[in-house]
Amino acid sequence: MIRVILPTHLWRLAGTQREVQVDVEDPATLEAVLDELEARYPMLRGTIRDHTTKKRRDFVRFFLCGEDWSLEPADTPLPEAITTGAEPLRIIGALAGG
Amino acid sequence: MSGVRVLVGTRKGAFILSSDVRRKKWDVSSPHFPGWEIYHLKGSPADPDRLYASQSTGWFGQQIQRSNDGGQNWEPVGNEFTYDGVPGTHQWYDGTQHPWEFKRVWYLEPALDDPDTVYAGVEDAALFRSQDGGQTWQELPGLRSAKGHLWSPGAGGMCLHTILLDPTDSRRIFTAISAAGAFRSDDGGETWKPINKGLKSDWELPDPEADVGHCVHNIAMHPTRPGVLFMQKHWDVMRSDDAGDHWVEVSGNLPSDFGFPIAVHAHEPETIYVVPIKSDSEHYPPEGKLRVYRSRTGGNEWEALTNGLPQENCFVNIYRSAMAVDQHDPCGIYFGTTGGQVYASPDAGDHWTAIVHDLPAVLSVEVQTLP
Repeated sequence: MIRVILPTHLWRLAGTQREVQVDVEDPATLEAVLDELEARYPMLRGTIRDHTTKKRRDFVRFFLCGEDWSLEPADTPLPEAITTGAEPLRIIGALAGG
Repeated sequence: MSGVRVLVGTRKGAFILSSDVRRKKWDVSSPHFPGWEIYHLKGSPADPDRLYASQSTGWFGQQIQRSNDGGQNWEPVGNEFTYDGVPGTHQWYDGTQHPWEFKRVWYLEPALDDPDTVYAGVEDAALFRSQDGGQTWQELPGLRSAKGHLWSPGAGGMCLHTILLDPTDSRRIFTAISAAGAFRSDDGGETWKPINKGLKSDWELPDPEADVGHCVHNIAMHPTRPGVLFMQKHWDVMRSDDAGDHWVEVSGNLPSDFGFPIAVHAHEPETIYVVPIKSDSEHYPPEGKLRVYRSRTGGNEWEALTNGLPQENCFVNIYRSAMAVDQHDPCGIYFGTTGGQVYASPDAGDHWTAIVHDLPAVLSVEVQTLP
């Protein structure tokens, strides 16, 4: 079980709480988590990454265990602390705009 | 309930303002989609409880929301807008070619006879259609074949901001794009042609009378005379009596012929409204006086409507989709400002009241006349 913390606009859009939990098969990767997230909450498609290219949107970043994973390849296996649910995977909207 | 529902899109959410037919007392909803930009929301003529809204942010992209109960409850539907085939390129600000990239939906136009069919005008400019209530969207690519490689963005982006459906001919559709011009399809959106003859863009184009490239801001028609079109161009107010084949200027005695929205009275096809703005570099009313101008002669002869509108120190703008009329008698007219006011006149413009004062900047105003 992987815990995912969504930015405010996205958990309100999806009608969830701030934290959602998803299950993915081993080896768990960021790509697999996002695939599962979008399968369960179709309204999130296109909000975190591009529909077609799967490229992360410019103002969205991923933080795991206090580290910025935004530029990590999406198929990198996730740390154990994430895959066990000890730590959440944080999806962050940039502090920008007015 | 017989009355009026005013649908207001703002920089930070949507608001629904409701009144009975007297249009004196208004209920203002809590914000829908708080914090998101709502470029446009509009109801279906075939089912007034079916609404569509365009919701977006620079962070998380585009959503389309749908309501089946007049805006009390909403559900996100399809948000994938993929250009047909290889998108190609269009002209960039510096004259080079630039790839077509989807940014947002500016305008939603539900079909006249089917609540599940809705058109979407997007940036970068293209026309999409959904026939399943917004779940899936398909581009009508013939529009971009009308010299799309020569279209270029205006300051607000290369947006398709106006869609007009001819109530007497289901195959005829009009669109307008900044800064490309006006276009017409006579075959249900399959093929298109520019309809810009008579437009003159002396300050904006190397060839002031080019086929495409004109910065059309808004077009309006009266449903009983769909061949007569009224246009607010970047500069100039124009009219066409042949469905856009030819245009003539009708700016007449306006204090400035720059502006964004244009609207037609619900029961008088020759009565039209504009809101003059000082210039393209100073987007506020001339002399700090907020004045709607009305022509009862289809243009050229204009009168200022000021009763109830601020006549000093007013420096707001009124965006292109932020003026609309209701169908009651007398006709009501409404517009929203970048200062967050929505003004309404229940008597065709003679008297105005701010029915709400302090919303976020208003991007769009639509009106539903409820039976």
